[in-house]
Amino acid sequence: MAIYKGPVNRNGMSKESLVHSLGLILPKGAVLFDAEDTRPYECDGLSAYRVKPWVIALPETIEQIQAIMRVCSAHEVPVIARGAGTGLSGGALPRENCLLLSLAKFKTILEVDPINCTARVEPGVTNQAISDAAKRHGLYYAPDPSSQIACTIGGNVAENSGGVHCLKYGLTVNNVQQITVVMMDGELVTLGGSGYDGPGYDLLALFHGSEGMLGITVEITVNLLPIPEHAKVLLAAFDDIEQAGKAVAAIIAAGIIPAGLEMMDNLAIQAAEDFAKVGYPIQAAAILLCELDGNTEEVVAQIKRVKRIMREHQASNIRISETEQERLLLWQGRKSAFPAVGRLAPDYYCMDGTIPRKQLPAVLKKINELSKKFDLPVANVFHAGDGNLHPLILYDANKPGELKRTEAFGALILEYCVEVGGTITGEHGVGIEKIEQMCVQFGQLELQQFHTIKAAFDPTGLLNPGKAVPTLHRCAELGRMHVHNGQLPHPELERF
Amino acid sequence: MSDQSLALQQQVKNNIEHGQAMQITAGGSKIFYAQEIVGEALSVKDHSGIIDYEPTELVITARCGTRLQDLEATLAEQNQMLAFEPPSYSKHATLGGCIATGLSGPRRPFAGAVRDATLGVRIINAKAEILKFGGKVMKNVAGYDVSRLMVGSMGTLGIILDTSLKVLPRPETEITTCYELTERASISRVNKICAQAYPVSATCFDGSQLFIRLSGTESGVNKALSMLGGETVKDADVFWESIKNQQHSFFESKKRIWRLSLKPATPPLEIIGEQLIEWRGAQRWLASDQNPDIIRDIVSKHGGHATIFKNAEKDDLVFHPISGKLYELHMNLKLAMDPKSLFNPYRMYEGF
Repeated sequence: MAIYKGPVNRNGMSKESLVHSLGLILPKGAVLFDAEDTRPYECDGLSAYRVKPWVIALPETIEQIQAIMRVCSAHEVPVIARGAGTGLSGGALPRENCLLLSLAKFKTILEVDPINCTARVEPGVTNQAISDAAKRHGLYYAPDPSSQIACTIGGNVAENSGGVHCLKYGLTVNNVQQITVVMMDGELVTLGGSGYDGPGYDLLALFHGSEGMLGITVEITVNLLPIPEHAKVLLAAFDDIEQAGKAVAAIIAAGIIPAGLEMMDNLAIQAAEDFAKVGYPIQAAAILLCELDGNTEEVVAQIKRVKRIMREHQASNIRISETEQERLLLWQGRKSAFPAVGRLAPDYYCMDGTIPRKQLPAVLKKINELSKKFDLPVANVFHAGDGNLHPLILYDANKPGELKRTEAFGALILEYCVEVGGTITGEHGVGIEKIEQMCVQFGQLELQQFHTIKAAFDPTGLLNPGKAVPTLHRCAELGRMHVHNGQLPHPELERF
Repeated sequence: MSDQSLALQQQVKNNIEHGQAMQITAGGSKIFYAQEIVGEALSVKDHSGIIDYEPTELVITARCGTRLQDLEATLAEQNQMLAFEPPSYSKHATLGGCIATGLSGPRRPFAGAVRDATLGVRIINAKAEILKFGGKVMKNVAGYDVSRLMVGSMGTLGIILDTSLKVLPRPETEITTCYELTERASISRVNKICAQAYPVSATCFDGSQLFIRLSGTESGVNKALSMLGGETVKDADVFWESIKNQQHSFFESKKRIWRLSLKPATPPLEIIGEQLIEWRGAQRWLASDQNPDIIRDIVSKHGGHATIFKNAEKDDLVFHPISGKLYELHMNLKLAMDPKSLFNPYRMYEGF
């Protein structure tokens, strides 16, 4: 994938004069521009792509951010916001002649309100730190992306991050009630409300997942939930992945909404077991991990029903956590699946499609076919509850052409997800990574509407340029809008 | 029960060509909830019917003219429900109106609002183009979240053709308990309970009693009930229906009926009038003749906002005023979606 280069820095402010201007706003050491200092910011979690940052600002106060935005606005310097840099789609990838705005110093939990069950925090606070601070009140913050010990809540808002508990507890957008943002012109505005809603349009929802394209989030009020009294996890092994899929549908049909419902295929099971030694059945074609939470009576009743359903679907090796320690152990394998798979090959590429659950067998079959065709192994980790599939393609970046082949393979997986009624990204965002697949997911008219929405918030187009939404020109140039089996993704729409 | 997308698109096209403002209508059950009704009526009521429903996917897709009662009956057959409990002020209430007004019922604090359940929409925009955003899956971060933006935008940003919604299983058991309390004690009690892991699914204080509904498995609900005590309410379903659909005697008042949105534990407000308090204190219905500016001032001081939900008088501002940069962003967005202001003009605010 070639990194998109559009018109930037139209005014031509020199590096020296930007550094000078920022020096008037920020203390010494809070402006980085030497190659040595800027290197750690070359990439985010999509580390195959690196761009040397031009200038980096590390403000500490909202007023400083406002002043920085005014300078950049006046001189037409584009701004890219960055939290912990754990994003997987290159949303925080620097660009030449752009200011990289790090929110890393905004680490304060401003208030935990145990009565209203909210926490008001700065954007650089980690996801995990919120739950840690709320714990003494018996509360926690529900969305739990796997990077939660490192990723920041500001980044979670920008990407609308998920986690393994989304089916029952929702994504970031469902758990945030208010944000304060600095717009490109330096003005401050609060979106959402102090209760469950705000006046006017739901701009709060629009900002979630907007990937730093509309404004810079500088303060966030999240909702906290009471920690469930009890939680148990049930592990079930299947000889046939389709049976595992049917068991998932049967659990939902029985009216049970598990707190977490995860599936792993054989390669992922083997890797995880080898890594974490938790006692996963390594012969199984698939395992399901089903977590139930609530009060003890409720969990006991539901676990019985889930066990019966698993049995009815030919599950073997059913194991139920007896202690909290065992519950965490059973999750340990799943939570270390990515690094575990990472040990199987020099590199892996994590995909993030979402599909209607019933399409799982078809999608896995397709992935298998493609895996053979591209000669690249794939391990599959699936948030079975909400349909979010993470195929991990194993490759070796040092072998010439292998990254390119991997990306081509990944692109076909995502396009197939769209074809079966799903989406190219469930929780990792578009960034630069999936920008070409956006041309498959959306038609010209939708993309055009996205651009007009962007312009309503950022009329000069200086916020995170070239990410998340492709230009129509780019889609046309790439010749995307692929025809699958003679069918366009949206046959009702005109194509150019 | 048919797809009228193309016919509606043609009507919108004609109206745009003639610069004709449109008043989007369906069941007409929420017509009272508006700043001003302007333009030629454009009925979307015949664009109705369920397009797709697969219970095990927990998603239903239906056209905007589908009546809420039909949608809910279809879900009930599979023992499922719209978890946000949309209010139906008449049997004509439609899905389109539900999305456009963005109103949620008693379960909202515990199961999410309409916007939380909204997964995808198909709309007609101000160029008479049919656009599709979001989809039928729960996790989807491709492109801006236009689907949720449409929720509560009162039809001012476009015509909602179809919507995909997340649905949930109906709880196995529901029991309501109640306590005699003062307003202050009720707000304090309800927030204490909600900060603990009880399976609460609705709360309401009617002026003298605090009602708490518990939902879940039979054993789980009974356990919680034994810990919470109170007096078990008979025919509780009827009570919650009357709150959700505003058939409760409180809503018969001829005074302005306000909807106040506040932090749940906000102490009792110094406002003259009667109140009915839902959502653990975060949604307070107020029947009052007090000066609207004074009411808004008090609510704003507590960080909340106030809407004149019903019985607004001429010259009243129905929706809580917004100003400064927030107003500018609203105007920009309205211009981006509907540059000639032809969709439900002035229904929310001056200018849109």
